[in-house]
Amino acid sequence: MKKRIFTALAAALTLSGMVGHAVAAGIDDPRRDDYYKTFTGKTVAFVPVAMGIDLTEGWASVLKQQADALGMKFEVRDPHFSADAGAQVITSLISEKPDVLIVHNPDVNSYAKLLKRAEEAGIHVIQVNMRSNYNSDVYVGADWIAIGEAETQAVVDKCGAGTSGKVAILEGVPTSGSDSGMRKGAEHILNKHPEIKLVSDQGADWDAAKAHTIVSTVIQQNPDLCGVVGFWDVMDLGAAAAIKDSGKQIVLVTSGGGEQMACDNVEKGVFQEEIEYNVMQQGRDLADMVAMVLEDGQPAGKQKVVIYSPQTRLTKDTLHQGACWSAKSLPK
Amino acid sequence: MFERISRASISQEKIVLLIAVLLFCVFSVSLKGFVSSGNLLTLLRSVSTLGILGIGMAFLVLGRGIDLAIVAIYSASAGWTLHLANGGVSIWLAMVLGYLLALTAGVLSGVLVAYVEIPALFATLGMAAFVFGFVRYALVPLYVVYMPASGASIAWIGGGFVFGVPVPILFFALIAVLGFLFLRFTKPGRFIYAIGDNFAAARISGAPVRPIIILQYAISATIAYLAGIITATAVSAMDTDVANSSMIYDIILVVVLGGIGLSGGRGGIRNVIVGTLLIGILLNGMTIMDIEYTLQNVIRSLILLIAIVIDSIINPRDEQIAQQGDI
Repeated sequence: MKKRIFTALAAALTLSGMVGHAVAAGIDDPRRDDYYKTFTGKTVAFVPVAMGIDLTEGWASVLKQQADALGMKFEVRDPHFSADAGAQVITSLISEKPDVLIVHNPDVNSYAKLLKRAEEAGIHVIQVNMRSNYNSDVYVGADWIAIGEAETQAVVDKCGAGTSGKVAILEGVPTSGSDSGMRKGAEHILNKHPEIKLVSDQGADWDAAKAHTIVSTVIQQNPDLCGVVGFWDVMDLGAAAAIKDSGKQIVLVTSGGGEQMACDNVEKGVFQEEIEYNVMQQGRDLADMVAMVLEDGQPAGKQKVVIYSPQTRLTKDTLHQGACWSAKSLPK
Repeated sequence: MFERISRASISQEKIVLLIAVLLFCVFSVSLKGFVSSGNLLTLLRSVSTLGILGIGMAFLVLGRGIDLAIVAIYSASAGWTLHLANGGVSIWLAMVLGYLLALTAGVLSGVLVAYVEIPALFATLGMAAFVFGFVRYALVPLYVVYMPASGASIAWIGGGFVFGVPVPILFFALIAVLGFLFLRFTKPGRFIYAIGDNFAAARISGAPVRPIIILQYAISATIAYLAGIITATAVSAMDTDVANSSMIYDIILVVVLGGIGLSGGRGGIRNVIVGTLLIGILLNGMTIMDIEYTLQNVIRSLILLIAIVIDSIINPRDEQIAQQGDI
């Protein structure tokens, strides 16, 4: 009997406890209002090298979703491959004073002074994938030197003993921020491997047709060529076509933003390997950094944050569903 | 009298041919593997698209016109073809639609020049921007369009071989022969020369000058489309942004370098071939020598300047026959 009363008491207590708990479950987050207030009405401007490339479309898509969700204004100003037009856009943005300016530099010099002026005017500057000589608040993007190292190492691994050891490097524009970095990375590896012979190092202007011409000439000249280190997957399709025409087994390793085209071609064996910097993840990093500089409240130019994008090796063995993203399926 | 003889005997075409032969000899001796049949085929193949577009441009320049839209038509129409095929349209239908786009752009340029009487320089400059802008805005969302799997049936156009010879070279040869026959033996072909030589005289003599101008642009657009499909199938992709590259200058260069005067009426397909060969030999030799990118640009422009300087010394500009509006 005593036990029964005790059980009933316990049950009653538990119930009342539960009720009490249910009332207290809706705890307010004191930081939530401030969080949204920070972003409402803010403006984020994006100056890409050009829209219409898988990279820039991918980043812009993620940034636009963030801006829509947080009540910010997201503006894209497309200078369409012209550094002059880009400089004008940035100049006019400095007077329009957006809160955050995201810049994709065409080379290391063109915008350097302007970015400094923008930060002096109180605009947070985030640079993406192609850095300039001026270090602004944030750089988000590939670690080009590491990518150059990874690509060259992958080729060197396949072109060791038992092969000719002859390797070619196919650059886009050697003076660009990405290529000068990858070239440095390639040097690091080549210096460690004196048995590897660099037979050609040419620039193809990011153009697949030019890449085709260069690589076919190099193969004619070195019929025992073992491998090609390509600096951008879109251009390297031309190198791949030249290798296919020659009917030879030549290793081709490339790098790029991991668009579906890359996975398709790794699967088909057109590229033996792609070192991928995932554009969707870079977009997420950009969005996080936009939030960071706005929430942090420090004046522009005080921080020096670098976020290198994780790089993934795409090979036939590592390919999996969802390893790549599709430019076609981006939300409009 | 003396000047006339020298004009006939040492034309710019011959100077350029001479430089090309000289370079060829130097490279043959100094570069191992340069004269191998494999390398020579690579050399020809690498400039065949440029040569084909050069022939298309020559059709205009011979008639004292110019087509600055040729690269925009080349990249936009081939890019749209791939885009359509990517979207599930059968590759043949996509090719027909792509060609119609090219042809429409060409005919429009022709109408602007022939009937609205806008100078070709401005009409085609505007058309180039319009074609690129319209296609990018309304038809092809991304710059680079990839070849879909269904494109395998046309891959031979840019990537095939016949008896070991790459198909693009055969197309270059075919277009050159057809172009030669057309210009030499057909009435419209002769009219093009007549119009280039003296527009007013051609018109007064009863040549149908306006339809002929439209025909010229239609031909260059057709050739541009063929070249576009060759490039697209050769590298399994089309970069529509080449419309904004320096490619148009390269094309004008092979035409003018070979000796077709921008003042019209002089030259022929042979000149385009000579100009194309010089560029091909230069590019191939420099790639074999692994010359640095920036230096390559310097050397290329130097050789071209030298060719022009030699020509202007041997064939000085004649004030009496120079026409107003010569470039």
